[in-house]
Amino acid sequence: MSVKLERLCQHLNEIFTGRIQSLTLSGGEVTLEVAAPDYFEVARTLRDHPELRFEQLLDLCGVDYVTYGRTDLVDFSAGRSPRFAAVSHLLSLTHNWRLRLRVFAPDDAFPVVASLSPLWSSANWFEREAFDLFGIMFEGHDDLRRILTDYGFVGHPFRKDFPVHGYVEMRYDPEQRRVVYQPVTIEPREVTPRIIREENYGKVSDGRG
Amino acid sequence: MAEIKNYTVNMGPQHPATHGVLRLVLELDGEVVVRADPHIGLLHRATEKLMEHRTWVQSLPYMDRMDYTSMFINEHPFCLAVERLLGIEVPIRAQYIRVMFDELTRIFHHLFNLGTHALDIGAMAMVLYTFREREDILDMLEAVSGARMHGAYYRPGGVYRDLPDSMPKYTVNKFKNEKTVRELNAAREGSLLDFIEDFTTRLPRYLDEYETLLTGNRIWKQRTVGIGVVSPERALQLGFTGPMLRGSGIAWDLRKKQPYMVYDRLDFDIPVGANGDCYDRYLVRMEEMRQSNRIVKQCVDWLRKNPGPVMVDNLKVAPPKREKMKASMEELIHHFKLFTEGIHVPPGETYAAIEHAKGELGVYMISDGANKPYRVKVRSPAFQNLSAMDEMARGHMIADVVTIIGTMDIVFGEVDR
Repeated sequence: MSVKLERLCQHLNEIFTGRIQSLTLSGGEVTLEVAAPDYFEVARTLRDHPELRFEQLLDLCGVDYVTYGRTDLVDFSAGRSPRFAAVSHLLSLTHNWRLRLRVFAPDDAFPVVASLSPLWSSANWFEREAFDLFGIMFEGHDDLRRILTDYGFVGHPFRKDFPVHGYVEMRYDPEQRRVVYQPVTIEPREVTPRIIREENYGKVSDGRG
Repeated sequence: MAEIKNYTVNMGPQHPATHGVLRLVLELDGEVVVRADPHIGLLHRATEKLMEHRTWVQSLPYMDRMDYTSMFINEHPFCLAVERLLGIEVPIRAQYIRVMFDELTRIFHHLFNLGTHALDIGAMAMVLYTFREREDILDMLEAVSGARMHGAYYRPGGVYRDLPDSMPKYTVNKFKNEKTVRELNAAREGSLLDFIEDFTTRLPRYLDEYETLLTGNRIWKQRTVGIGVVSPERALQLGFTGPMLRGSGIAWDLRKKQPYMVYDRLDFDIPVGANGDCYDRYLVRMEEMRQSNRIVKQCVDWLRKNPGPVMVDNLKVAPPKREKMKASMEELIHHFKLFTEGIHVPPGETYAAIEHAKGELGVYMISDGANKPYRVKVRSPAFQNLSAMDEMARGHMIADVVTIIGTMDIVFGEVDR
């Protein structure tokens, strides 16, 4: 398997000379990172090039890297930047290999990357989801509406600075005889804190019983 | 002549044929669908966000609740992803157990789909028969995990426990007399494996019965042949996987093409359709159940002969044995750390995919070395299938929309996540 993937990496290196930000092969998975201006053209080549032939886009999702590797972040502007990335997983049926394609949106305040929906129809809803949950704009998407959250929802709930319990809750108001929104009444609570130990802390090879 | 304008109707979210909480906004020209706009998210529970706030093992049960009609198989990609990040190898017996339950849940899911799909388009009896068989599988899941639906049975590193030696039995009560109970318990006298084996011998006969009800049925064919045709090229473009892709004639199955666990040691075939319509997809699913049955039989045979551990012997991942924990200081510390803080997964990212009953179920996981996932994204096949609604329904009658929903095999726990 890995010989095959090394061949894939070699092809990628040859085809995208100068446009690769990083290319890694680890654990049997290839990750390609490109800059936002090259993103669309790279994706098109990935789909059409006979040595690559990624016929299917299986997944596309947003990721917010702002607190990556941190547990103490209070001021989110001090976190990682660029923070938003769109990560897609491509599959080639011809060559039977997969690729992860990552692009970071350059601007944290208004993250924009190109839309892949003209290349793969399957990107349509995935990009709507990433827009809805992370607020990443996809340029060239012709129907970028919210998809999962409620009609009239405010904010992008999967961003790391959005609290897990949200801002508003719904209840039925018997006086007004309709459902109303009100500020949340739940107390934030974390039973098991998020902990990052020093490197090799939980190393699996130490745990042989 | 009066001018006729298109009009818009709202189908769902409380419509019984929308398989949950789908709201479809249909633009109609007479009875013909011009545009279909699915509104989803009414069951959105932000599962992926909740997982970011739970430890790795606490996140696992959420996977059961994704697709509540095929529970165990959902846990599989999550476990695979964690195992890949940890770099651990699952004991061979646990791999066979997982494959066996994957296939049982595949049958379980296809039975559910077949029953409700047929119910939606007028074959009322099907759901009664398929749910009878589903009940047997639910008993197996309950016997092994203790819960009928949400088992949380697969764990990173193996499975929670080995297969039990006995099956729970029915008892006499005011609804069931002694004779009924004896009949019901006939297959339950032995171990769980005996019960599963008995089921695998019964299932082909049941499937033949279903086929006599549907396969040659004129009404069933009128409702499904030529409906929702997807060409192979479009199927790839739309990101279809599983029976939706194979129904269009592309022989792509991860169990064969990118084998995980022990699928490369097992003997089974991949059925494909020819025309890419609802009828072909139905035939593909029927044949898949027979093939799954073959796999389950092979797993039962292997599991009978080969006892062994079902969980990795690694205290950083798996809890220690109870009696050891009571006697040894080190085991006690490990136990305490595992249940208060949880596993620490090394930084990295992975995408683990398996062949689910509906298609490729993938889990994309990012870890930053903490005791909780940094980001989990579940790639659910039903979400992708539903996104093709507009394209598949266009030009069909409004009654065919129901057929298309049925053939897409959507479950809202998974679409909305």
